[in-house]
Amino acid sequence: MTTAQQAARRTANGRVPSKERRQASAPADAALLLIGACFLLPLLWLVFASLDTNAGYQTQLPATASLTNFAAVLTPELLLRPLWNSLLLSGGTATVTLAAAVLAAYPLSRFQSRFNKPFLYSILCGTCLPITAIMVPVYGLFVQLRLLDSMPSTVLFMAATALPMAIWMTKNFMDTVPVSLEEAAWMDGASGLTALRSVVLPLMRQGLGVVFIFVFIQTWGNFFVPFILLLSPSKQPASVSIFSFFGQHGAIAYGQLAAFSILYSVPVLFLYVLVARGAGGSFAVSGALKG
Amino acid sequence: MSARKSVRQQLRLLPVVPSVLLLLFFLAAPVLWSFHASFTNAALTGRNARNPAWTGVDNYARLLTDSAFPASVVLTVVFVVASAILGQNLLGLLIAGLMTRARKPVSAVVGTAVVAAWVLPEIVAAFAAYAYFSKDGTLNQLLAGAGWAGADWLYAFPMVAVVLANIWRGTAFSMLVYRAALADVPQDIAEAALMDGASGGQRLVFITLPLIRSSIATNLMLVTLQTLAVFTLIWVMTTGGPSNASTTLPVLAYQEAFKFGDIGYGTAIASVLIVLGLVFGIAYVRLLKGDNR
Repeated sequence: MTTAQQAARRTANGRVPSKERRQASAPADAALLLIGACFLLPLLWLVFASLDTNAGYQTQLPATASLTNFAAVLTPELLLRPLWNSLLLSGGTATVTLAAAVLAAYPLSRFQSRFNKPFLYSILCGTCLPITAIMVPVYGLFVQLRLLDSMPSTVLFMAATALPMAIWMTKNFMDTVPVSLEEAAWMDGASGLTALRSVVLPLMRQGLGVVFIFVFIQTWGNFFVPFILLLSPSKQPASVSIFSFFGQHGAIAYGQLAAFSILYSVPVLFLYVLVARGAGGSFAVSGALKG
Repeated sequence: MSARKSVRQQLRLLPVVPSVLLLLFFLAAPVLWSFHASFTNAALTGRNARNPAWTGVDNYARLLTDSAFPASVVLTVVFVVASAILGQNLLGLLIAGLMTRARKPVSAVVGTAVVAAWVLPEIVAAFAAYAYFSKDGTLNQLLAGAGWAGADWLYAFPMVAVVLANIWRGTAFSMLVYRAALADVPQDIAEAALMDGASGGQRLVFITLPLIRSSIATNLMLVTLQTLAVFTLIWVMTTGGPSNASTTLPVLAYQEAFKFGDIGYGTAIASVLIVLGLVFGIAYVRLLKGDNR
């Protein structure tokens, strides 16, 4: 085929012919695979060490693969209570955040007010607060008010940090539900909040799920906030217990550390896949960018 | 009549109240408290913990004379520029660009690998990065396999290690942003340029990049802010050491406040960080507003 013919064919069907595309894709494939391998390398240790009873910081295929490490950490003391605490923190935070965000998003999405724009943009500013920077003042505040080492206060604080983004995401999802549906409900005498509960929320179930899981994943993985605010070991989530247990009590059991890390990561990996399937992969970005 | 109407309009805003209370109490109050405490000698324990005294700008004056502070400002800038603005941003754009050309299954697999590092809980990612860069770790094993002598990265080159680790951890975000942006670039413009004989580089510089300009700006802003706040990764990998060689501002604020118990001085450092964050935040909001116009 001559170049002219190729050009003609391109204009004809509006696309680069697939054979040409495939040729062009070979270098791109190779480059991508190389990058992907670099991203996987640091995870190899985690997988191998978890199956190796003699693991160190070397990455090696275990001489005999066994689940001994997993069995060793699977005790109420080591794994189950921290995971339960993580679940309480993340579930609590996601619930509080979602409830507050839905309530706030409703008037912002449905009623025009002078107050809407300044509010939305100032909380967007709030998403930019470096949370690690406010931990020192938050600690000070919690000491003054005797809120330290309390699960509910930690939940409320984490909910507040997640709220700005959650309100934006929820409002964006709510904006896609047509107002005309509620107007019918209002005509029938339903109040705003009844219409919200019976008409709007069921229609945005998937969006609500995305916000919930988004906040849940964030809280589940958070180390710094519970590290500062929760003192007693019995209240610490897995992110903190993993650090204090393996860091402070003498020799590190590398294999068990890796096994614990994997068991602790599985729930969020699962939740991420769940959401990514439903929302096309870029869910976390959608709330941040579609201002 | 109009008064009653405006009252009703005010009542409609009632559901916003729980959010406003949470935000005021847990975000705005700590920020204000931080600015206040940074002018006192508040301490973690002892007499100054109960009755902190007003010390004026002493803490800020100390920031300027304490050699650890300017050093950590420099390290923070290096960390943000190298790992976020250059590393995550450019690598994310590169991966997203390659994905538009590569075959679908390849993009899917590599996308999953990149996202995995990002979705993992931060402490697990930090352990993995620590193991990877440690003296006997995977990186040195690979280098030895290629015939190179490795180094004790975490001690000899701690900043290199934490910068690379943060690129590994955070690139997925930029990749997702740029994939979405590139998917919105109309196919026919690029193809028209292709037929006019524009090279790949020319198409990138003159067509694609201008079209995704606003995504680039937003992404730069967000990755900068995320990286500015990174604590866990550095803390687990190097604890800011050896001898402050990788102490960025969040790590310094933590050390002063919690290790040395000097809340006043720690909040002064935190206040500097908060102001930095707010400056970026306001710039971000202006950017988005300008976009909508």
